[in-house]
Amino acid sequence: MSARPMRNPLLQALAQIGGCGLFLLTLLAAIPRSFKHFRETVRQLWFVGAMSLVIIMVCGLFVGLVLALQLYYVLQIFGGTAASGMVVALAIYRELGPVVTALLFAGRAGTSITAEIGLMRATDQIAAMEMMAVDPVAYVGTPRFLAGLIAMPLLCCVFCAMGILGGHLVGVTWLGIDNGTFWSNMTAAVNLHTDIVNGILLKSLAFGAAVSLIAVYQGFTTPPTSEGVAYATTRTVVASSIAILALDFVLTAFLM
Amino acid sequence: MTDPVRAASDDRTLVRIRGLTTVLNGKTVFDALDLDIPRGKVTAIMGPSGTGKTTLLKHITGQMRGDAGEVRVDGHNVPELSRLQLFELRERIGYLFQNSALLTDFDVFENVAFPLRQHTRLPEELIRNIVLTKLQSVGLRGAARLMPSELSGGMARRVALARAIVFDPMLILYDEPFVGLDPIALNQVLKLIRTLNETLGITSVLVAHELEAIKQVADHIYLIANGKVVAQGDPATIAADGSPWTRQFFGGEADGPVPFQYPAGDYATALGFAEQRA
Repeated sequence: MSARPMRNPLLQALAQIGGCGLFLLTLLAAIPRSFKHFRETVRQLWFVGAMSLVIIMVCGLFVGLVLALQLYYVLQIFGGTAASGMVVALAIYRELGPVVTALLFAGRAGTSITAEIGLMRATDQIAAMEMMAVDPVAYVGTPRFLAGLIAMPLLCCVFCAMGILGGHLVGVTWLGIDNGTFWSNMTAAVNLHTDIVNGILLKSLAFGAAVSLIAVYQGFTTPPTSEGVAYATTRTVVASSIAILALDFVLTAFLM
Repeated sequence: MTDPVRAASDDRTLVRIRGLTTVLNGKTVFDALDLDIPRGKVTAIMGPSGTGKTTLLKHITGQMRGDAGEVRVDGHNVPELSRLQLFELRERIGYLFQNSALLTDFDVFENVAFPLRQHTRLPEELIRNIVLTKLQSVGLRGAARLMPSELSGGMARRVALARAIVFDPMLILYDEPFVGLDPIALNQVLKLIRTLNETLGITSVLVAHELEAIKQVADHIYLIANGKVVAQGDPATIAADGSPWTRQFFGGEADGPVPFQYPAGDYATALGFAEQRA
């Protein structure tokens, strides 16, 4: 028996969200079984975390450079260039760090997770695992989900560090803001709980869960064709980007 | 104590299918199909393309469930098994996929070792010996460190075969095992299937189109068409069978009870000739 395909885009979107929610429960239920595949989780952590380091570091540095430059020229009008370091830090810790890291992660790691699982389905590798009595959700899905969850806060820390370094290079080294003022204003304004824990840790954990879930779900539900895999990777980027920005608004509203 | 489910099965029959009815996308694939796979024998399932031979294997392994009927494997009604019970059953079944389905992240050795690593805690040396033994039996011990992308289609199929037999299962399902094999490899694979059957008593089910190869290895042949078994028997019986089904299938004729053409409208109308005639 085959279900009639839904033509209404709204119904399709709702069905995807519902399916994704149910799939999250399946992933969470498979976590105890995935401990057996601990090495696979570590391997995935390398692929989605360590292999994303270069893009995260480079982008973090450039975001910091641009942000400091823009702020310097705006703050100069009010004679407040000394506050550059503080504003760079707050903007990066609270918003730019978690959000941009998550968007980059979705583009770099999310798409590769979807494409990999989609191709595994297309080439019957997932079916072969089922036939070898190996649960594909526990062996393929959960390790990638957990790897994304663990990697995102770490990558976000690296992004923030590189952003601050970029801000320092422009503000202090290039435009001549006093080094002591740059750091002391920053440390005085940054709050451990609201900026570091809520900003970097909680947000990036939530974004990591959302992006990894969407990527794994799209991989497992893609039609096993080359066209299906192509659509699924696109959907991963689109759905992840929307989820990141929507979650950012909700989290900011609740955590501020 | 006797397992009541197990006791219900016939000891001579490993797979018993009764009244299996499957409808996919409005098309009846199986129409109250009855079929028995004898224990310890090599059984071939043959039939025209699209008759559901692979689908039948999927029913036996629980990858698909029919709309009606029962599929019993070693006494267990497969559609009623929980996921855990199904996995326990599958540990005793080897399955050779049409497209090999090797894990592309792992080399040949690790592909064959995969089921052992997942389900046993055997010492590494023993795993190594088992894997090399299986690879030797398919002639690919020397290819142990090659990646799947470095293998030809026939080699990949032989690696998949080594993986399917690594546990010495009670039942092996071969989906098109002879495709892409050169005559030497084909002969070796036929010998291997026969050896596994004779030495370990493994029950084998082959889905294939190569009648000459099937004649050499199969004890029993089922010919499936239009959702039912249309002929069955040992290779000699099937070859001598004079029914229109066997004559058309083994004679390779376009005309007969099995339509060569997929259902379609009038040919002349489709080409626009009917209007010109009118």
